Amino acid sequence: MPLPCCTIDGEYFQPFKLEGTDAERWMSAAGPGLTRIEFLVPQANRPSAMPAIENGLLKFAGVTSARVNLTGRRVAVIFREGAFEPQVLIDGLASLGYMARPFDPRETGLSKDDREGSRLLKALAVSGFAAGNVMLLSVAVWSGAEAATRDLFHWLSAMIALPAVAYAGRPFFYSAVNALRLGRVNMDVPISLGVLLASFMSLFETINGEVHAYFDASVTLLFFLLAGRYLDHLMRARARSAIAQLVSLSSEGATVIDAGGSRRFVAARDLKAGMMIAAAAGDRLPADGRIIAGISDMDRSLLTGESAPETVKSGSLVHAGELNLTGPLTIVVTAAGNDTFLSELVRLMAAAEQDQSRYIRIADRLARFYSPAVHTLAAVTLIGWLVLGHGWHDALMAAVAVLIITCPCALGLAVPAVQVVASGRLFRSGIMIKDGAALEKLSAVDTVVFDKTGTLTRGEPELVSPLAVSTGTLALAAGLAQHSRHPLSQALVREVTRRGLIPAEVSDVTEHPGFGLSGMYQGEQLRLGNRAWCGAEEAGEDKGLLEFAFRCGARAPAFFHFEDALRADTATTINDLKRLGLAVHLLSGDREQAVRRAADALEIGTAVARATPQAKLAYVDALSKAGRKVLMVGDGINDAPALAAGYTSMAPAAASDIGRTAAETVFMGESMSAVTTAISISRAAQAIAKQNFALALGYNVLAVPLAMAGYVSPLVAAAAMSSSSIIVIANALRLGVGKTPTPASATVARRVKAADAGLRNAA
Amino acid sequence: MTGLLYLIPAALFLGGVGLVAFVWSLRSGQYDDLEGAAWRILQDDDKPRP
Repeated sequence: MPLPCCTIDGEYFQPFKLEGTDAERWMSAAGPGLTRIEFLVPQANRPSAMPAIENGLLKFAGVTSARVNLTGRRVAVIFREGAFEPQVLIDGLASLGYMARPFDPRETGLSKDDREGSRLLKALAVSGFAAGNVMLLSVAVWSGAEAATRDLFHWLSAMIALPAVAYAGRPFFYSAVNALRLGRVNMDVPISLGVLLASFMSLFETINGEVHAYFDASVTLLFFLLAGRYLDHLMRARARSAIAQLVSLSSEGATVIDAGGSRRFVAARDLKAGMMIAAAAGDRLPADGRIIAGISDMDRSLLTGESAPETVKSGSLVHAGELNLTGPLTIVVTAAGNDTFLSELVRLMAAAEQDQSRYIRIADRLARFYSPAVHTLAAVTLIGWLVLGHGWHDALMAAVAVLIITCPCALGLAVPAVQVVASGRLFRSGIMIKDGAALEKLSAVDTVVFDKTGTLTRGEPELVSPLAVSTGTLALAAGLAQHSRHPLSQALVREVTRRGLIPAEVSDVTEHPGFGLSGMYQGEQLRLGNRAWCGAEEAGEDKGLLEFAFRCGARAPAFFHFEDALRADTATTINDLKRLGLAVHLLSGDREQAVRRAADALEIGTAVARATPQAKLAYVDALSKAGRKVLMVGDGINDAPALAAGYTSMAPAAASDIGRTAAETVFMGESMSAVTTAISISRAAQAIAKQNFALALGYNVLAVPLAMAGYVSPLVAAAAMSSSSIIVIANALRLGVGKTPTPASATVARRVKAADAGLRNAA
Repeated sequence: MTGLLYLIPAALFLGGVGLVAFVWSLRSGQYDDLEGAAWRILQDDDKPRP
């Protein structure tokens, strides 16, 4: 059996096959005789990936340009038309160690994100330009320009400010109109009202040659608010693009055997019940079915959480999402698309999501009382001035001043600034948050529920015994094992390589799916596999370990024991979480003994074994009903409903597609400490966001009485607005100060050190 | 006072140049990969591309 060509972090993968897909749609013309194609490369997450990929691809004859986009984890390649099939590039990237798949911006909605981002940036630029120039003219007015000069400056300001407000204010106007149409009030209503009233009032004043015009206030307001809006967008776009790519790498299809025996590739969504598919060893199944030929071992860990592979043969039922490990299988599809076990889980998940009451973000909660309060104050001011016998003009001016001064400029910046800084810090530690709401929810959790297989454990077994077996035996067993992709075989090979041994050269190796491997070494027959295969008696007690027997010739068999190893620093993480005052539960689909072992090792008191997806969902639901705010951490397909039901959820990047989609936070890398990092950073962010709200509201409490009394001149408004915004941003930046250890920062530190040494030597 | 006749247009012109330059940089994709750009400057691939 051929071994797959490529590995990522020791995990095998099959390069994406363009064959059978509509290859044309990925490619576009890029000048005369040139074709452009873009690939998603999720593993391109380190700066070192840029030169590696670019130089690697430029070696292909015909490639004229290759450019990596590190933010989007994409690579754009331009090559001479017809120089080669694009498949060559995918295989080339695979041999460099990067899983790639062609990228079509239309399918992930990324291009929409990009467009929205550049619209906001353009609006920001226009309002910045207007704010700068109007401020310049306003300063001249404040410092004593009079009569004709003042009027000229006011007219010039009007000519700059009015078009700028019309252009840059659109995001707020649209949003305000939409909210009003639905009978709701959001923050954009007072913003739009304030900006528009300030502009028109100032225009009116200018026409009448009056002293006070608020043009600078209206454009500066827009500038600050757009900055907040863009930061908010940046945060969402960043996480969305990273997660969108992980999702879009999902299972693609299967090789269908037609009645005549010919084979063709069919995309997963086009599979129908009754079709016959061939699943090679290493394939993940795209649909539910029944095996009609072949025998193999199935890795069902993503579906059930069970860490031991299960032997399947003709007649066994298999499910979409399972991984075929050892032998080729012919399967007749019993259900596909919407009828699979997988889609059943998706339905459970959707129901769980619906049941969850919608979380309302802190800024929106504030908006609920802020907008009515502001409008009431403005109305009170207007009526008050009229009652006191002032004219309509003065009363309106005072009311507009109240609207300007309460325009939630600092409020609009308060949360986005904090969340961008926080998500940036999390992103650098390899934690991707889907949106601001997830960050806010993460700070409030009081219970953490972990899945075991693939979450607390690495999902790959590790040899734990015997240290007593001789190195010769190990090398022999590894010689056999290196021909198989059974997880235990691979664990054996890893262990042997780690010890610096060289697997023995074993000839005539054959894999007997469901039993094990056999081969010849110096005239003796070797066997590696289950106990029956090696002629040993069945074991009495299950200690929660996985086992391989090995027999050399007629000698007594030796036994290798494996354990699904815990991720690095899991124990410290659990301790840290407990110290933060969180309750920790373990919820697994694995066998009782295996779960017990992990729970004991980690000192987790509450552990549930053999939990079905439904049971997991019910468990998390019950906790939520009891008033707990549950952070569900899981990776498998079987965890997806529970992830959706949790107050918030996290999944490792190596999780199943559906798990990653369901989770609100995804973390890269092996270390479990990501959970603690995420919770503590989100808590710090929430604390600073609340301080910011207090600052912004405190500023209003001081400024509003002045405005109501009519003491707020354009100069006072400009000073107050800018200073409050800057204070809020400065406070948010405090969060960014602090060490976030990452592989990337370590590289920089090394580079800097090396550069320092270089300079010293030169001097 | 007459200074205003050319100072104000000059100020507006310079501001406008900045605005146009920004929109150009946005359109030519210089904001597409903020993270990558930050790292590229640190990389020692000064060898000319073949």
